[in-house]
This record gives sequence, structure tokens and C-alpha cells, in this order.
Amino acid sequence: MQGGGGGSESGSMSTVSREDNMVVSSEDSSCRDESELELGLGLSLGGFKMHKVSRGGHYARILTAKDFPSVISASSSPSSSSSSSSSSSSSSSSSSLSRANVTAGTKRAADSVAAANSSSQVVGWPPIRAYRMNSMVNQAKNQATEGFNSTMENHKSEISTVEKGTTGISSYQNSGNAKLRKSLFVKVNMDGIPIGRKVDMNAHESYEKLAKTLEDMFLKTTPNFNPAGSRALELGMMNKLTRSSKLLDGSSDFVLTYEDKEGDWMLVGDVPWKMFLSSVKRLRIMRTSEATGLGMQIHILHVLLGFVSYSKVALNHNLQLHDCMRGTARDKEASTSRICQQTYKSKRKYRIVKAL
Amino acid sequence: MPKRLAYSLSDEVLEHVFSFIQSDKDRNVVSAVCKSWYEIERWCRRKIFVGNCYAVSPKMVIRRFPQVRSIELKGKPHFADFNLVPDGWGGYVLPWITEMAGAYPWLDEIRLKRMVVTDESLELIAKSFKDFKVLVLASCEGFSTDGLAAIAASCKNLRELDLRESEVDDSSVHWLSHFPETYTSMVSLNISCLGSGEVSFSALERLVSRCPNLRSLKLNRAVPLDKTANILRLAPQLVEFSTCTYSAELRSDVFSNLAGAFSNCKELRSLSGFWDVVPDYLPAIYSVCSRLTSLNLSYATIHSPDLIKLVSHCPSLQRLLVLDYIEDSGLEALASNCKDLQELRVFPSDPFDVEPNASLTEQGLVAVSLGCPKLQSVLYFCRRMSNAALVTIAQNCPNLTRFRLCIIEPNTADYLTGEPFDVGFGAIVEHCKDLIRLSLSGLLTDCVFEYIGKYAKKLEMLSVAFAGDSDLGLHHVLSGCESLRKLEIRDCPFGDKALLTNAAKLETMRSLLMSSCSVSLEACKLLSQKMPRLNVEVIDERGPPDSRPKNCTVDKLYIYRSVAGPRFDMPPFVWTKDEDLALRLSP
Repeated sequence: MQGGGGGSESGSMSTVSREDNMVVSSEDSSCRDESELELGLGLSLGGFKMHKVSRGGHYARILTAKDFPSVISASSSPSSSSSSSSSSSSSSSSSSLSRANVTAGTKRAADSVAAANSSSQVVGWPPIRAYRMNSMVNQAKNQATEGFNSTMENHKSEISTVEKGTTGISSYQNSGNAKLRKSLFVKVNMDGIPIGRKVDMNAHESYEKLAKTLEDMFLKTTPNFNPAGSRALELGMMNKLTRSSKLLDGSSDFVLTYEDKEGDWMLVGDVPWKMFLSSVKRLRIMRTSEATGLGMQIHILHVLLGFVSYSKVALNHNLQLHDCMRGTARDKEASTSRICQQTYKSKRKYRIVKAL
Repeated sequence: MPKRLAYSLSDEVLEHVFSFIQSDKDRNVVSAVCKSWYEIERWCRRKIFVGNCYAVSPKMVIRRFPQVRSIELKGKPHFADFNLVPDGWGGYVLPWITEMAGAYPWLDEIRLKRMVVTDESLELIAKSFKDFKVLVLASCEGFSTDGLAAIAASCKNLRELDLRESEVDDSSVHWLSHFPETYTSMVSLNISCLGSGEVSFSALERLVSRCPNLRSLKLNRAVPLDKTANILRLAPQLVEFSTCTYSAELRSDVFSNLAGAFSNCKELRSLSGFWDVVPDYLPAIYSVCSRLTSLNLSYATIHSPDLIKLVSHCPSLQRLLVLDYIEDSGLEALASNCKDLQELRVFPSDPFDVEPNASLTEQGLVAVSLGCPKLQSVLYFCRRMSNAALVTIAQNCPNLTRFRLCIIEPNTADYLTGEPFDVGFGAIVEHCKDLIRLSLSGLLTDCVFEYIGKYAKKLEMLSVAFAGDSDLGLHHVLSGCESLRKLEIRDCPFGDKALLTNAAKLETMRSLLMSSCSVSLEACKLLSQKMPRLNVEVIDERGPPDSRPKNCTVDKLYIYRSVAGPRFDMPPFVWTKDEDLALRLSP
């Protein structure tokens, strides 16, 4: 069967089955259909119900640096959102759909259709091990950052290597073309939950979108289970999940932190999104109480106090930064990188204590 | 021979005879001869291989084989390597370790692939097995350097610690320092997956210097070049070595130190690593090149001229992994220099660019097929292919056992004729009678599956993506491929009919994984009912499959045979049938 033709089948699928994007899909994560919630609540299969957290005031949020007063807000990437690009590609390419199978009802319909046009929007294609992908990305990042700072420029053959390396970088990091995007999966752990998840950083264009995905992933309560057939889960994972979400009802919030490639734990949201992408190694959703207990408070204070000097540095480069953020050409990205490096390095003293 | 002789052979004699039989297949045959042979064999089997950790329970294994010394377990299906299996699906090793800790005190080898290994598991291993020797964690995850520290501290006779391609969390513990000063038995150490903070150079150097039997050392990329030379000088007996990060600029003192260190290594046969290598450093390894049999340059962004130079120094090469920077010209050089080549893997340097960034086409592979008569194993990423090339390759290399071709853009046709690649792959399966592994790509109709079903009688693993027209394709494969064990399919229009018609075949295979195909929930339920010894898992993160309309297809389907029944550790996004034959959410 051919689905995803923008026709009725996918249309009806979208109201009934469109589910929020979890980890694997390349679509924008914040699509969620309210009507699906009601259907889900209405259905009761073998004695269980799906419980969904209601949106709005009671909803727990993960704090990012934006929640702390700061002059520099996270800049959003200029590229179009992946959901709009995938939906537009699905409608425009439905006619050219070839035997790339598009099974009706799967959210991957857009992916599979896009696959007919470009392999890069399809999960797991081309079939290159995640390990290898991450190695190549890290390699490309290293070459980029080293290339601008070091003495490599003196050596001809090294320049050619770097330049070719940066060609790779621009594709790996999606500097311009919204369509060409690879997955960059990083691990996310949340305090109190033994099993982590993985999130595709490149599926989000901004901190807001990322935070939303993480909230959906970690902070929505899980379904209750069939009491007649309940089996003890060895890890007690489910108990912990429901417990921590109860903790979240109300004001106790979580803080989102990340480990950068130097091994330091930073508060998410401090640096421009692109730069964040190039240095994030993994994420941790930390309890604010734990965070404050371990020096985060100091960091928060520093951020509050330090934003004055930080903003001074930034203001000096403000014009350049602004121009650079808009540009997509490789040299603009290079100079952005350089400027960001300078402002970033000036923040070293505000880092979270490594003991975390 | 008088019948009496069979009864007069004592158990000890039989056991001694059986000890020469190592392969699992042969052992299984031996144990099927008669009851007494079954009994004798099960007491003396020392090595167990479990290809799917959910196919059997640890208790069952222990009950049948009470004196096992070595176990190999595999967890997630192969597609998990490409993020096609959601995190948290399963593959936990702790239940196995827990059972074996009590039952196999003399267990000395554990090899795991695609499993979730926790620090708790590693600590349990360290505590429970006194003579522990070999730990291989391939593509595993879930543990940190804390667990490694426990292994290092307790396993006095550890010979092999191999963490290939695993994900290890850095807990900031200097785990290498936990090897006591009295520890000297390391033979093989692979820590190439570890990050920069996780290895202390001085601890590494001390370890290397006191382990005279060290044969294989694969360092992580953070070890700088001058340290590499030091370590090589400490271990000139190395047979396998993985280099680390090269420094940015050529310094003649570092270079000559490195070249000198390499020239001492007379036993070196295999090199890998080469991250961030600068071509000017490559001549440092020329002294060992003539003896090299295996070279992994697949992380090295060096280009064709330098690769050609390098390869021309390696006439004994049997195995080459490289990026597409080698280009057709480099592969032609390879074909003329390396007549012993058995395995070639060419990876894409920039897989997501629609335009090729290196001049690598089907010509390179054709050249290698022509020049390297011993070629057996191919993994090739390229952007264009022709049926003519595939036919030529098939005719040149009838001894191929593994052929995996990835034409990067899905549904790409023959660039010369615009045709699908049915004829080309048909030629491969027809000529290569010993083919055991095949991966398809490009534009393909049901015809190719007809060829595969007809000719690929020894095929054990088949990977299919964006191919076929109808259920007939899947039916050809399931009904024709007699030796098929693993089948993985994504984005193909294969559905209920083929699956249900060939339900019995599924019990003869290890597993079938179908992602984004056309299988309905009803078929899954029916299959579950019909085949009690199959675990039918519907993996769907969108919510309960029952909540969708009847004609909706399942997202992913993973079917595997099992004598252990349904598993107890399924995450919320995996649905199976329960006793009431209705799909319910599993805890």
C-alpha cells in the first residue's frame, strides 16, 4: 500500500496516531495531537489506562540558562524547522514516490518519502554504525576548532586536510542546507532514573525544542499496568519514574546540564545553539536541590553576577556575532566559532564544579 | 565393527574424543547421537554460544551444561547499530551473570555483543569468577569506568580486556591504576572507545611495561604521538596496535622517534586507529608495512595519493578498511599491489552529501575483484553502480562469502541502463555459491528475491532496505533460502501474507526484524497464536498498537525463536501477546 501521499490516509493517521517524536525519528519533537490524548484515555485495554500529564501550569519544566537572567539569549538556527521541511517534502514528493515503501500510519512516512529524495533524513540510513558516525563527527569537530587556533595554517598539506575536513564538518553539522542532516545522538540521564535515553541533537533547532523533547521523554507519567498480569520489573524502573514525576508536581524543578568535550559540566543554554551542538557530549537532568548542594548555586550566582562582564565581552563582538549568526557560509561559521571560543573561554571560571 | 564396541567405550574415552570437537555445530550433532552421548557431551561442553540472549534462559543453559568455562552472548539485533531499535529495548546481561556467578565458579571467558552491561554486572564478574581471563564487550553500553576498575582490581589472571565500540561512561575513576603492580598477564587490551579523560598515560605505560605477553594493544585516540612512541618501545613484541591522535604539525624529532619505535616492532601485523593522521607522518610506519596483514584506515582522512603510496608498501595485506578518499585510482593500486587481499571495506567520508566528494565509483570495486583472486569479504559504500559491474564482480570472485553493497541513495538505478539491480545481485548469488552474508541496496524489484531464493542456498544473513514490490519478494526469500538465520528488512512493502505463509520457517531462524514494512497488527497476533515458540515483539513508540485503526501497520516487528518463553524485561514500547491472546501493554 502506498501511504503518505498527503491524502486521506495519512491525514486520518495524523489525527489518530500521530504521536510525539521520541528519540529515533527525525521529525520535530513538539508535534502532539490533543485529540489523540482523548482517544487514548478513552480506550481501556485489559484494565490499563494511559495517563497523560495535562499541559499548562502544573507541567514540570526543565530549567535552562534562559531561566536565569542573561543578556545573550540562545540564538536559534536560521534553518527551517525539520518538521516543516519534512511535511513539505512529503506533500511535494508524494507524486514521485517510488517503491521506497511508505507504510500508512507510520510516523516515518515522512521519513520514507523523504528517502526517495535524500537519504539523509531517514533514520539509520546509510547503515553506518552510530559508533563510527560519532567518531567521525568528533574528528571533524576537533579539526575545525584546532584548525582555527593552531599553527596548522603554516603547513600546506595540513591546510588541505583541514579544508577537506571542514567540508565534512559543514555536512555533519548542517551548516546551511536544512535537508541534509545527520543524527547526533547523545545520552541523556535523569537523576533518579537508572536507564538513560538518547536524543538526537540535530533534530532540534533550539534549546526550547530540546527542552520540550526532554520534558516529554522524562517528565510525562507512564501508563499504569495491568494489575492482573503485573510482573516485577527487576530494576524497579517504573516505580521510580512515577515517583519522580510526583515530585515534579508543583514547583520543584530540574536543571538541564551537559558535559562538554573537555569533560566539564555546564549549564545548558549558556552558549549559542550551534556552538552547544559542537561541544555537547552528553546531557544530565539534575535535581535543582542536588545541583545547588554541589556548587550549582555558586555557578548560578556567578552567572547572575557575571553576566555583566560577559555581556561586555559579547557587546564588543555583538555586531559581528549578529552577522555571523545569520550567515551560513563556511567562513562566517569559522569566524563565529572563533568569537564564540573567545567569549566561551572567558566563562571558564563560571563552570560547574567538576565534582558534580 | 561389532555393536558391542560402542558400549565398551568408557565415558572417559568418549569425553577425550569429544574434547577434540570444538565447533558448536559438531557438538550439537554429537549430542544427538544417543542418550549416553548426550549425557557425556553435556558434562564436558566448555564453550557456549547464545546468538540471542532471549532465545534461552540462563537457568536452562546451566541445567543442561553444568561445567561451562566460556560463554558468548548477543543481545540486540544488528539493526540496533543504526539506531533502529529504541533505547531501553533490552539485552541486559545482569540476569545471566547472576545465575552464572553461582553455577559456574570456574567461568573464565565472557564475550558479549550489543548488550547492556552495568557496573553492577562487572562488579559481580570481578567478585564471582576467581580465574577470570577474557572479557570482550563489543558494542555494549551501560557501564562506566567504575566497573572497569572493579575488573582491573580483582581479576589477577585477566588476559584479555576488549571494549570494542562500546559506550563507556566516564566516572572519573583512574581505573587503569587499579591493576595491581603484581599484575602482569595482559595479552590483549582494546580501549579505543574510551574518551580523553578515562586513561592515565603513566598508568598505561607502567601496565604495558610489566606485561611481557602483551600482543594486542588498541589505545584510545587521546594518547598523543610522543606517548605512542614510548609505548611502542615498551612493547616491541606487539602483533596488533592501534595508534592514537596525531599532532597537528610535523616535528622531525617526534617523527624519527616514532619511526624508530615502529622499526623495533618485528612482530607487528595489524595497525588501526590513525585518527587525525597527518600524511607526513605515514612514512613512520613504512618499516612495518611489508609485514602488515591488516590495516584499518577508516578513520583517517588522508587522500588518494598518500593512500596509494602507503598501500604500495604493503604487499602482504589481507584486510583493508578505508574511507572513500582512496578513490578508484587507489583501489586500482591496491588491486595491483595486494594480491593476498581477502577483505575490503570502503566507508563513505561524507555519507549525507548528495554529491560525491571523492571519485569512488563501481570501477574501484571491479578493479579489486579483478586483481585480488582471494577476495572473500566486501563492504562497499558508493554512489553509483551498474549491473554490468556486479556481474563482472560475481564472475571474478566466485569465492565471495560476504557481500554488502550500500548504494547511498535509496532506489538508485543502474546508472548505465536505468534498470533495477535484480540481474546484478542475481549474478552475485548465482556465482558465489558459498555466500553466507548479503546486503542489498539500490533499485530492486521482487525479481532479485526470486534469484536469492533460488540460488543463495548457503545464505545465513540477509539485509534488505527500500526494495521489492510485494509480499512475493519476502516469500521467495523465506521459502527458498534454506540456511537463512537472520533476516533484517526496513522500508519494504512486505506484509502479512508472506509472513503467515512461512510462519514455520521463522522457527528455523534466529530472528527476523522488520522496520517500517506493511505488516498489520492482526498478522502479528495471528502469528503469536500459531507459533508458541516464537516471541513476536511489536516495537512501537507511538502508543498501544490496538488504539490504531485495523489496517494500520506496525512500526517495527521483531520475531525470534525462543524456548524461554516471553521475556520479563520488556519496556513500555514493546507489545506482545498475553495468555488471553490479546495484545496488552507489558510491564
